Amino acid sequence: MPGILVVTVGEGERLSRNALEVLGGASRLGGRLGEGVAAVALGERAEAAAPALIAHGSQTVYTVSSPLFKEYQAELLLAALLPVCEKAQPRIILLATDSMGGDVAPRLAHRLRGSMVSECLEMDGATGGQGLRFVRQAYGGKALAAMVPKAFPAVVTVKLRTMEPAVPQDGRTGQTVPVGVDLKAVEARTRVLDRQAEESTGIKLEDARVVVSGGRGLKGPEGFKVLGELAQLLKGAVGASRAATDAGWVPASMQVGQTGKTVAPDLYIAVGISGATQHIAGMSGAKTIVAINTDPEAPIFKLAQLGVVADYRTMLPRLLAKCRELTAG
Amino acid sequence: MPFNIVVCIKQIIDPEMPATQFKLDKAAKRQLRDGANLVISAYDQNALEVALQLKEKAGGKVTALSLGEAGASSALKSALGMGADEAILLSDPAFLECDQFGVAHVLAAGIRKLGGYDLVLCGCVSGDWGDRMVGSLLAEELGIGCATFATRIEAVDGALILRRVVENGVERLEGKPPLVATIVSDETNTPRYPKLRDIMAAGKKTIPVWKAADLQVDAARLGAASRRAEVDDLYIPVRDSKCEVIDGETAEEKADRLALRLRELKLI
Repeated sequence: MPGILVVTVGEGERLSRNALEVLGGASRLGGRLGEGVAAVALGERAEAAAPALIAHGSQTVYTVSSPLFKEYQAELLLAALLPVCEKAQPRIILLATDSMGGDVAPRLAHRLRGSMVSECLEMDGATGGQGLRFVRQAYGGKALAAMVPKAFPAVVTVKLRTMEPAVPQDGRTGQTVPVGVDLKAVEARTRVLDRQAEESTGIKLEDARVVVSGGRGLKGPEGFKVLGELAQLLKGAVGASRAATDAGWVPASMQVGQTGKTVAPDLYIAVGISGATQHIAGMSGAKTIVAINTDPEAPIFKLAQLGVVADYRTMLPRLLAKCRELTAG
Repeated sequence: MPFNIVVCIKQIIDPEMPATQFKLDKAAKRQLRDGANLVISAYDQNALEVALQLKEKAGGKVTALSLGEAGASSALKSALGMGADEAILLSDPAFLECDQFGVAHVLAAGIRKLGGYDLVLCGCVSGDWGDRMVGSLLAEELGIGCATFATRIEAVDGALILRRVVENGVERLEGKPPLVATIVSDETNTPRYPKLRDIMAAGKKTIPVWKAADLQVDAARLGAASRRAEVDDLYIPVRDSKCEVIDGETAEEKADRLALRLRELKLI
């Protein structure tokens, strides 16, 4: 019985980046522990994801399909996962730390009387489960905590943009096991009335290789215009700090931080962002950080590789023009 | 229709203290306080604000509840100063070593003792450990529904309408009380500053303390033995990067130099 179970929701023939990251982490951990990896796919047509899940390392794929999954509902997901876990008997259950994973994981751990580690960035262990540990950020990323589960199954949510995605391999085989669950009997305690997707044109923030982010120092929404132009030139996306989204200058979906998106771009340009701990928790994985701020004492300068003490209003238009000049031709 | 709202708050060491003053107690495997300020966890403050706004519109009562050491009563007094009607501290040596599962078990026992609640609110993320666990675990302990990452809650014909932030947008949910909701910040729930006279009035109040014996808790769910995961190591990661300052006489000069440096580093 594979000891590791990866939970996926709403996946199709082409797996999402989040799912690939969790699968990648699962495969590597499985390799170290000498454990196999299984996956569970929940969705309206869950079987569609099975071939890709197998190609990316799952020996067994449990599927639960239902039209009721059209509306995401934590109670439905839990009702479907319990019989699957009963069948699969995993020791470790992995989920992405997205809004579904965050919702479902603690409740799943509670119902299975297991443990939970949230937002894990590193997973380690050796054959037979020795040295099993999950590393996560604490204190807004100022510290790292290595957690050792004492109760099993250990339900672990994986922090996004920290794990190398799984790669498919031709010729991998596995079995698909449909699991029938009567979901109509599940009492829904909340009901989605409507959903408004925020307009996302261009590159998705969480996938961008370049992110230009604005914070309180922009002093208003207008400042985001020049950031947008720079992001577009550099083929990147625009992000924001919590101060900017809480002030209503830009939509919440642009927030980078502990309760916003986690990004790990090659280049992160932080404009007018002081570097509060919860912001850093969302972007510390960036390879190169550039900070532009009028305050030389801003904490962001301790994290950045390149720093400029300047007012963005005079600096950014010129930076945009110069970058345009250097990247033309 | 009036709502009976319980807001769970946690007192933590101020996370916005300068990073240079951040120290760890390696033996206890937690942050060393060393005289730093204590605050109510930021998202718990947003939760208090949401509760107070709902009470102002729909009527009802807001009770602040905290699990902590004796000093946590100061956080509860702040909550009273903001406008909470009542505050209770759950404090007992047996609670000290609890993990998130234990904390949720004790908080749920406190909420059941209060009785008659319609809505339980707490922050979406723990202000120090950064997990998103206690709110969801509370829902499991109480056997009620849960909506995470809500920013606004309205009462419409006895039902609760919650606005919830998801990956790329916003959802509106209808929830039947009783319900747990975890709260994230947005432009509508910035915590209010308490008025001085309310702070002083709160300062004079005695906060009731409920111990393990006052609650229906399962002893097996408390203490170090009940912890489901252990902190094997807690450490400060070494950051070996040094900030290269791009200087210049004017902002334009700095901009030019930065662009050239980025080009040099093949980042643009």
